[in-house]
Parts: sequence; C-alpha cells; structure tokens
Amino acid sequence: MIAMRAQAIDTVADLFERDPRVAVVLAEISLERFAPVFARDPARAVNVGIMEQTMVGVAAGYALEGFHPVIHTITPFVAERGLEQLKLDFGNQELGVLVIGVGGSYDYGSEGTTHHSPGDVQALLTIPATQVLVPGVAAEADRLVRDTYANDRITYLRTQIVTNREARPVELGRLLVERRGSRATVIAVGPMLDRTLAATADMDVTVLYATTLNPFDADTLGRELAGDDVVVVEPFFAGTLAAPVSEALRDRPTRLHFVGVPRAVIRDYGTAEQLDHVLGLDAAGIHRQIASAIG
Amino acid sequence: MSTLTLDRDEVVRLAALATGDEKHEASSYSTLDALLVLYGRVLHVDPSDPGWEQRDRFILSKGHGPAAYYAVLSWRGFFPEHWLPTFTRQGSRLGSHPDRLLVPGVEASTGSLGHGLPLAVGVALALRAKGADQRAVVLTGDAELNEGSNWEAIMLAPQLGLANLTLVVIDNGSSTVDLAPIHERLAVFGWHAEQVDGRDHAALEAALTARHDGPDAVVATVRSES
Repeated sequence: MIAMRAQAIDTVADLFERDPRVAVVLAEISLERFAPVFARDPARAVNVGIMEQTMVGVAAGYALEGFHPVIHTITPFVAERGLEQLKLDFGNQELGVLVIGVGGSYDYGSEGTTHHSPGDVQALLTIPATQVLVPGVAAEADRLVRDTYANDRITYLRTQIVTNREARPVELGRLLVERRGSRATVIAVGPMLDRTLAATADMDVTVLYATTLNPFDADTLGRELAGDDVVVVEPFFAGTLAAPVSEALRDRPTRLHFVGVPRAVIRDYGTAEQLDHVLGLDAAGIHRQIASAIG
Repeated sequence: MSTLTLDRDEVVRLAALATGDEKHEASSYSTLDALLVLYGRVLHVDPSDPGWEQRDRFILSKGHGPAAYYAVLSWRGFFPEHWLPTFTRQGSRLGSHPDRLLVPGVEASTGSLGHGLPLAVGVALALRAKGADQRAVVLTGDAELNEGSNWEAIMLAPQLGLANLTLVVIDNGSSTVDLAPIHERLAVFGWHAEQVDGRDHAALEAALTARHDGPDAVVATVRSES
C-alpha cells in the first residue's frame, strides 16, 4: 500500500503535468519523490534549501502571479516555524497554497521533541479560512488534493504514517457515517478511524469519520447526533476541534469529550505505533477513554 | 519606462497630508527619493490599470512609514489625493502598513519585517516561469536586514540567477547591528551591489536602471530625514 505522503506527492506531480499554473516549492525534503516535477518544468519547481520561511514566502510570490503553489516539508518546520509567513503572506493577502505536512504529531518518534507537532492543526486554524484535511489513507489524500489544490486559500494536508486499512468515499467538507448507535456520538479523525471502530465495537454508539476539519460538517453532525455525549478522537492535541464541534452543537445540550495527544512534551522515543500505545491512542487506550467518558 | 519630471516638492506636499504616524516619520521620508525615482523613471506601471500584466512589480518590504509610498502612488495617479488625509483613520484604505487588497498599486501587503524579499524572489521566479521580462523590485530598510529571513533570500537569489530581481536597501543608519558596508556584504553572496547617495536622483536612476546577469542590489544611503 502506498504511503499517504508518497501519494500526495505523486498526485501533485500529476497535477503539475496537467496544470501549468501549479508550482512546487520545497525545502530539501522529498526531493527524490518530487523529481518528475523538476524534470518537467524547473521554472515552476524550486528547492530553496533549508529555508522554511523563505519556502513559504517564495510560494506566496508565485501565488501573487496567479500560480497554485504547493509546499511540503516536515510538519513543525512549516506549520510552526513558517506560521507567520503562512498567516501574512497567504492568509492576510487571501492567496492560496497547498501545504503538505509529513510527520504529524509524533510520526518521527525516534527524532524527539524537535520533530513533534501535535499542535499543527490548532496553530493553522488560527488563520481564518484555512482548510484542514486529514485523510486516513493514501487514496483519500489523492482525492482531497485534487479537490483543493486550486481553491485559492491555505489548504493544509496532514499526512501520517499509520493509516486506516481501506479508503472511504470521502468528500471535501463532509462527515461520513461509519456506524449508527444510540448512546453517544464518536467522531474519528483521519487515521484514528480504524482503531476507533475497533475500540467501539462493543459499544452502542454512532461513529462519524472526519477528513475535512475546516470547514466542519455541522449539518451531518447535527443530523446524526446520538445520545448526549460526543467524543472526538483526534490524532493531534486533545481538544483541537473543541471550537468547531462546540459551534456545530451550540443549540444542542451535549457533553463533549476529547481523546487525543496529551498536552505535554513527549520525551519518549519509538515508532508512531509505540507512542500511540504509550499515550493511550491505540484501540485499547481509546476504548478505555471512551468508556470512561460515556460511562 | 516613465520619464516624468521628478516633482519632489509635490510628493513632499502629498506626504505631509498623510499625518498620524509620526513614530514612523523618519522611516517614511528616508524612502521618498528612491520611491520617487522608481515610480517616476524606472518602473513600468500603468496607474489606470494597476494589475496590468506587463507592469514591473514593486514590493515595499519595509512596510512601516508608508506616507512617502502613498504620496508617490497618489502622485502617479493610482488613487486620489483626498485619500491621503484619511491615513490611519477609521474607514480609510491607507493604514500604517500597506494592504494590497485596499490600495491600488500595492503589490503585496507588508508590515512584519523580513517578508518582502522572499516574496519578491517568488515573484521573480514566477515572472521567469511565465517567460515575462518584467522586473521584481523590493525595498527593505537597513535595520530590516536584521531579520534572518532576508538572509535566506539573499543567499538564494544569486543561486537562482534571478536577473529580474532588484533589491533596494534604504540605509538610514537605523540598524542596531552594524552591517556596513551593506553592499559589500551583499556582493559576497553574489549580488551585483552598489552604494549610492539615497537623495541623488541621477545616481539612483542610474543604479536602479542597471541590469546584470544576476540579482541587483542598490544600497541607498540616507543620513538626513528630509
């Protein structure tokens, strides 16, 4: 199965071939996989070196001239280091860019704290109108990239190593109903779906699948709401989606619970799966937390 | 290219209409002559069509103190003089930092220092990708060069061979970090850099018109505030 990151890059390469307005700006990361775009048209593809702020700024220059830039690097180095450039060069100027982050949360677990980024989505959601996409498998990434690359706004695609087994027919801005129940509603975000389905196999709960976080699909949540408890299972800091979910449910008396990465510096090392286990984000840990939340 | 008579007195009069940002007055007036020469003699622009595809692109990276910038844009006819007294007032299009979505002729919204040069590198690359021969010109201050993002772009532009990029540094001696001689530092990174008197219109025009086979830099030294 192709990795989500590789698929996103291949999809961009295909779009680069088809659409002469696509430009790719990199900062040393994934150069080999992006080789076809440099071969196709080096005028629209540039590797700036290890200069993440300049990567964002250069991409904004392309956007000012009517191009659809794509930038890509390890998540904290663009979502956090480059945040002001994204806010001012793109957000405030109403320009578009597709940001493909790799290594969300602690995918680079062995690299330590400098390469962790569980706060990426929360940071990017501070920029108005930013679209946030969290696919669960490669095919979903392909679909979402094609739907958004030319939307003239900041679009953040979060790719991760641990994925779901099967693709769903995801649509931009839509929650999918995975299972219907009556006691509670569980929203699983991107790659948390398979483990959430496993964790709730013995629970009478509705499970919704979210791959677009902004705009958030309030209509489907309102229509499918089951019980008085809503649990959001997030692959980033717990509570990141508190604002959009609260807003979606502002007229419904519900108790909100968030299962996600604890808000603490992760000093441990290991693979993403190992850290999932340590942090209570494998199926067993999610089961424990949901059971505790809904009683 | 424009060959307008450089009516400095008129631009000074217009700039004086834009009051309310005295903390940035020195910064604003240090750029006045370079902006006057750029818009009067160097840049291809069409005030009746600010988005004209064949225009040269100018980015005021040193976005603070834009009174002179607004005055020059108004002098060229991008917007009417009566906008200037509204500067920084509620409801005005003219803030203490220019917004490209509000002010005709402004290519990029700036204010936070260190953003304009990377943007201009991207614009120059994009123009090259289009096969266009227009220029990207970006103006920074000497103190603004303290920002590290500028040095990222200063390293990058020569590597990319951006002959359609010109950096104008207004050196009004405001940098806490001693960067002198700025033009020599830029030359080390591969820029075609020269230093001129920032009040000498003929010298500015000659330097800003010159083009080489890589990025150009003009360090305009200004030591008086008027």
